[in-house]
Amino acid sequence: MRSSTSCWRTEPIVYGKGLRALSLATALILTGAFAMVFFYAPLDADQGFVQKIFYVHVPLAIVALCGFVAGGICAIQYLRTRETKWDMRSYVTIHISVILAVGVLVTGSIWARASWGHWWVWDEPMLVSFLIVFLLYATYWPLRFSLEDKEKQARYAAVFAIVAGAFVPLNFTAVRMAEQYIHPETLATTTGGMPGKFALTFVICLAGMALLFVTMIKYEMASKHATFRLRSLRRKLAGDDDELTLGGRSAAPQL
Amino acid sequence: MHLRGAGRRYGERIVLRDVSLELAAGRTLVVFGPNGAGKTTLLRILATLLRPHAGEVRVLGHVLPRDGHAVRGQIGFLGHEALLYRELTGRENLRFYARLHRVAPGRAAAVLDAVGMTARADDPVAELSRGMVQRLAIARAVLHEPALLLLDEPLANLDPAAAEQVAPLIGPGCGATRVVTSHDPAGGLQGADVALGLRGGRVAFLAPVAEVAAMQITELYR
Amino acid sequence: MRSTVAALLSKELTLELRTRESVPAMVLFSIATYVVFHFGLDRDRVAGDLAAGVLVVTLLFSGILGVNRLFVAEYEQGGFDGFLLAPVDRTAMLVAKAVALFGVLCVVELIALPAYALLLLGPSLTQALPGLILVLALTNAGIAVIGTLVAGLAIQTRARDLIVPLLALPLLVPVVLAAARSATPLLQDGGAGALPGNWIAILAIYDLLFALIAYAVFDFLLED
Repeated sequence: MRSSTSCWRTEPIVYGKGLRALSLATALILTGAFAMVFFYAPLDADQGFVQKIFYVHVPLAIVALCGFVAGGICAIQYLRTRETKWDMRSYVTIHISVILAVGVLVTGSIWARASWGHWWVWDEPMLVSFLIVFLLYATYWPLRFSLEDKEKQARYAAVFAIVAGAFVPLNFTAVRMAEQYIHPETLATTTGGMPGKFALTFVICLAGMALLFVTMIKYEMASKHATFRLRSLRRKLAGDDDELTLGGRSAAPQL
Repeated sequence: MHLRGAGRRYGERIVLRDVSLELAAGRTLVVFGPNGAGKTTLLRILATLLRPHAGEVRVLGHVLPRDGHAVRGQIGFLGHEALLYRELTGRENLRFYARLHRVAPGRAAAVLDAVGMTARADDPVAELSRGMVQRLAIARAVLHEPALLLLDEPLANLDPAAAEQVAPLIGPGCGATRVVTSHDPAGGLQGADVALGLRGGRVAFLAPVAEVAAMQITELYR
Repeated sequence: MRSTVAALLSKELTLELRTRESVPAMVLFSIATYVVFHFGLDRDRVAGDLAAGVLVVTLLFSGILGVNRLFVAEYEQGGFDGFLLAPVDRTAMLVAKAVALFGVLCVVELIALPAYALLLLGPSLTQALPGLILVLALTNAGIAVIGTLVAGLAIQTRARDLIVPLLALPLLVPVVLAAARSATPLLQDGGAGALPGNWIAILAIYDLLFALIAYAVFDFLLED
């Protein structure tokens, strides 16, 4: 969608451009993916209908993992350029990835319950490592919130994002190695010997999740950007911008 | 040193705004202003402890914050805190800083003597009076014979005898370029070459000492 | 750099010897933890994977105690400023603090390990000792590096004592995992088995990777 207010036209970065097209594409692919899951992909021989959760669970996990690493990369860029937009990107990416991580935990738990009768199983490396990752990233917000100075907040958050982003793949590998003798990994079934229909459905689901991720990121960035512009305009209207102290502290970065 | 339009913010609040000044080598700048005016922030920026958020800052020929590491060894900073480990003795503190600054260990003893703390040098800092701690802090600041001295109310807690004793180290005749903050109009102007008045983070006045009236200084505090 | 680290280390040593804060507290905490495990698990003796787990977890928790106090002196007494004013490589602070923490952990273990053998551990330590020393050394290194990094992150925040464990525990899970798996065959009942090379390798690699990350990133925590 094209922005129509004149002040937006002077902004070098315009958020919200193309958001409608992106949302449509995401909705389309996701609907198609789910249709495929229910009608196209054959039933799994031993797990039955329950196995279909796998088409949500694993793509969510893969996208979330990539999201966490991407958050770390944005943080590296922030430390190199000191431009707040990178801090914003890092923050939003981590935020959405944590939401996806909760999704992974929930879908994984449902799968575990349906497949093995327990709401939690320790021999699913994906589930276990996401629990650890979730616990780690849950401290991102208290950390940001407790640092008042915005520049310091962004810098420390960037350090955290880098350390945590590096940790995510290492953790996953370590946990997987710990369990590999007990339970065959689900990923082996996705990379290696997956018959055609499974593979196609999976790939479409993965693409859908990735698009969903990107759409959510763009929405959040656009919304934050709009809030910031609004506040900045309000301040300018009120006159001197250092007389006005805005609200309280916040964990979110400001552009 | 040379500042142009230097600024610094803390969150949403701007603590220093558009500060420009020049100070030639060997001269003394005295900074007046009420609490919260930005004096300490200015000093900390010059000390490379804070990076300026706006404007251009050049100290001893180097641009800050980029070349901070190059000038650090030539700056002596005396802030509100003594920067001394309370559980260590004065001597141990100074020896530690001497090693950090790569200064000969004998210098620590010499400086202790110069501030008159040799007698109590082996007592933990926690057991010393505030005046003595201030003297040790001064010793720490001049330990590495800096070319630039940044002194935040250096004579606080010092009795007149002690103030006289440290004068050769940090006073007008010490040879270094000095930036001193002060709340005392008469005392502050004496021994300084240029006076800067800060109020609310902005420059209220900046002039050679001869042209500054005591009234201007008291105005700042209203 | 080396002289800076040496200066910092000698200061740390002097402070620790004079105040005797960290080491006794951590030792006592370890022993108290053994007692808690005894009652919690309802066991008189442990062996095998249980023994390895109890040992590593106890080490972890007393390590967190040490981490909490790591930068407190600097922060409260303005020591950061004093260090930042010096013309030194700032990463020396990371190295010095990590080495100091490693040293403290080793000293704590000198007492905590025999205490463990006395109180809870079933099998004898004599055969297992060389391998166990290697495992503990690598574990200490991991706790030291990650602990210093986390302490550096948390020192400026208000809820410092809470944020340190919240950050450190997930980051240390792979260390705990690899250490426990490495120590298990050493502490089993029928005499110490062979040291599992792959888990030792994982522990070492994890330590190394995090040391590199910490080294790259620490500077940004100190500047302002």
